[in-house]
Amino acid sequence: MKTYGIAAILAASTMIGANIATADESAELIVNGEIEIVTRTAAPAHLSDALDEVISGWVFRSDQTQEMQGDDFDNPGMIWVEAAEEAWSTPEGEKGKSCADCHGDAESMAGVKATFPKWNDGAEKVYTLQMQMNDCRENRMGAEAWGYDKSPAINMEALLSSVSRGMPVNVAIDGPGQATWEKGKELYYTRTGQLDLSCASCHEENYGNMIRADHLSQGQINGFPTYRLKNAKLNGVHSRFKGCVRDTRAQTYKPGSDEFIALEMYVASRGNGLSIEGPSVRN
Amino acid sequence: MAKGVKPRVKVPKSASAGDVVTLKTLISHKMESGQRKDKDGNVIPRSIIHRFTCEFNGAMVVDVTMESAISTNPYFEFDAKVDAAGDFKFTWYDDDGSVYDTTKSIKVA
Repeated sequence: MKTYGIAAILAASTMIGANIATADESAELIVNGEIEIVTRTAAPAHLSDALDEVISGWVFRSDQTQEMQGDDFDNPGMIWVEAAEEAWSTPEGEKGKSCADCHGDAESMAGVKATFPKWNDGAEKVYTLQMQMNDCRENRMGAEAWGYDKSPAINMEALLSSVSRGMPVNVAIDGPGQATWEKGKELYYTRTGQLDLSCASCHEENYGNMIRADHLSQGQINGFPTYRLKNAKLNGVHSRFKGCVRDTRAQTYKPGSDEFIALEMYVASRGNGLSIEGPSVRN
Repeated sequence: MAKGVKPRVKVPKSASAGDVVTLKTLISHKMESGQRKDKDGNVIPRSIIHRFTCEFNGAMVVDVTMESAISTNPYFEFDAKVDAAGDFKFTWYDDDGSVYDTTKSIKVA
């Protein structure tokens, strides 16, 4: 557990100029002293032209923020995971069923988060985890769908993520979902807005550098849903995309839109090999 | 009564006599500051937890007064010296009169 402290001193002694906020480049993340998190690994094959190594956003954060994620009691995101645990076993909808009636313990869902977004045969389109949850709610429970990235949905996503922590992200990029993945890739490299920036402008070409006061990460989403210190709540991937697109001064897509579904699939696949971390803590 | 209030505490299960142990507490609470206004411009009334105490076998360990500027889901971490086995009692006092408490025992090995 105390690996951060030592690593911080080593990193500080070699620290020069540009990387002022990267105090802890070599720290290791072990949650609750038992779940080992891979925060750096070789880039997946489809990305090997662009990057050698994929790096979790955790690495780019300050020591204090990093430490908060090392213990579930210190991780404020777990408050909403606990709320979702209650929702997990609460019957809802016309059929009076809860998640637990079909799935048993939430722990039995370990690994599920790692493969989403993925192709759904029945619906003949790519499903994000939240779309899968709503499919269950509408068809199996007879309950109302949750709003995209709204608190009950994001809480449940955080619960499903928390039971998969430490498992490698493994999003399929071939098969029937490939067209959606290609669309996501195109969006990733398309410049938008008055500032004429693509995702790649910051997160591929300039990660590690400062953009004004912000330390640019690779924009990996293995840690989502993420608790952000700036707004003291859990944040969904699509809402985060929206924030980024807005910052390029463009009209944004909506959370749950086809564009963001495709982008989520592509960005998630860029993190293939990193561990699921959510709920993570970021600034 | 405020919704979704849930106290959480972390106390070591055991310690040696004379040890200083670290206690962590967090309570989920909206902590409405009383400074905000709703869409119609009316002030949203203050609703916060204004006092937090921790007692060990009846002796006060900390007694904290909180004011409007405290964050949502307030977290406190502090140390206490444990001379004998006993119970830590944590109590939060809400503006609306509610009192939330939880107790954790510690053994002395």
